[in-house]
Amino acid sequence: MKNLDGSKNGRRFYGHGIPRVKLAELAGKLIVVEGADGSGRSTQIARLVDWLETSGHATVQVGLKRSSLVSSELEKAQHGNILSRTTLSLFYATDFADQLDNIILPALKAGFIVLADRYIYTLMARDMVRGMDEAWLKNLYGIALEPDAVFYLSVEPQELVQRNLSKNATLDYWESGMDLGLSRDMFDSFVKYQTAMQGAFRKLQKTYGFTIVDANRPVGSITKELRKKIRALLAEK
Amino acid sequence: MKTFAELNFPGRLIAVEGLDGSGKSTQIYLLKRWLEAEGIKVYFSEWNSSELVKSATSKGKKRELLTPTTFSLIHATDFADRYERHLLPLLRAGYVVLCDRYIFTAFARDVTRGCPPEWVRGIYGFASQPDLTMFFKTDLEVSLNRILEGRPKLKFFEAGMDLRLSTDPYESFRIFQGRILEQYIAMTDEFKFVVLDANENVEKQQVIVRKLVSEQIDLKKFKRRSPLPLPPAIQPENKTHEIEGDLAAA
Repeated sequence: MKNLDGSKNGRRFYGHGIPRVKLAELAGKLIVVEGADGSGRSTQIARLVDWLETSGHATVQVGLKRSSLVSSELEKAQHGNILSRTTLSLFYATDFADQLDNIILPALKAGFIVLADRYIYTLMARDMVRGMDEAWLKNLYGIALEPDAVFYLSVEPQELVQRNLSKNATLDYWESGMDLGLSRDMFDSFVKYQTAMQGAFRKLQKTYGFTIVDANRPVGSITKELRKKIRALLAEK
Repeated sequence: MKTFAELNFPGRLIAVEGLDGSGKSTQIYLLKRWLEAEGIKVYFSEWNSSELVKSATSKGKKRELLTPTTFSLIHATDFADRYERHLLPLLRAGYVVLCDRYIFTAFARDVTRGCPPEWVRGIYGFASQPDLTMFFKTDLEVSLNRILEGRPKLKFFEAGMDLRLSTDPYESFRIFQGRILEQYIAMTDEFKFVVLDANENVEKQQVIVRKLVSEQIDLKKFKRRSPLPLPPAIQPENKTHEIEGDLAAA
């Protein structure tokens, strides 16, 4: 960053942020890739890491349910499907905050490029679809740092179904929104749920302004687009 | 923030707040014993006790890897779990719910740790105001002495060591508790705490607690329905076990 003054390097938290963090010190870049399962997120992130590291950038990866603090408990809770929605929402927020505090912020301080496999938007969209209060969510995730770039890999639900089935031969319970009781038929539920999720993402896009990437296309052309945008971002300094 | 009575819940929620060593747990325990003996439907819930969240909390505390933000959120998760799965259904079912610490503990502690007050309050926005909140107010020295007398081994977060107030856990604990007390005092009017003099002896305090509760809550509305009849096969003289409801009559 050129500016040592936090107010000038454009870094900000969405809301109240994390206590005692000096924004001006966060010299690295935070790049988020969002999208449903089957949107090609992991593939694209793996390719970006390869490319960035080959070009001499140090990278760190984070993602949902990967915190050392609560990931195993969260897994267990989800498996038993015993938590009510506010609890599950706060549990995920804890998982996110742990990675923000202990991985993302220190890595940015050390000048790393942090690649986040999903960020607060997926968490918010899931909760919105489940009827949680948006103002409440906005306050909760006011701890989050505004990323340098957010790419939302958008894929039509009908195409997502095909990709998930060809990969796993089954649909994930949560990615199908089965807890919502939209339909007893998993295929139906998946399509309905993913359609609702896309609606929530469109709504969030208006507030948070992320880049929507048409991910119905072949892997290579998506990578090309992402690289081009990230190259421009890295050239900014 | 509305109380459960104002929200037309059939049940009522009573919370106790105060510093460690204020004697609030003793008082709420004695209150529980009395209410049970009166045949009231009563449920007791403790801070930081949700089974599922507990393992994560204790892991975080043991490894000293909690930050002010994660400390706050993991306790909010614990509270939400108890609130949604226990407190709310019981309040719907007409119970008198007793809480040893409620959201005000989080407000006091998290803000002392540096979390923004509006953020913390926003997170607990799903919780309603207790019908009675008793704040057991001691002089700082009294509660410190009660805890520190035996020179117990203070835990890292309990002593507020994460705030780097002092390298000595006892000194850190003193400063930390002092700041929490300030937060409680600042919240007293806003959240309508009833302040009790917790320097007094246990019995005197309990008389006041019981009086407050019976003034605030029309207890006869919360009685269990008549005790369950015993199965016909059992003769009275052969009775080997008591049923909860019978305790009141005994």
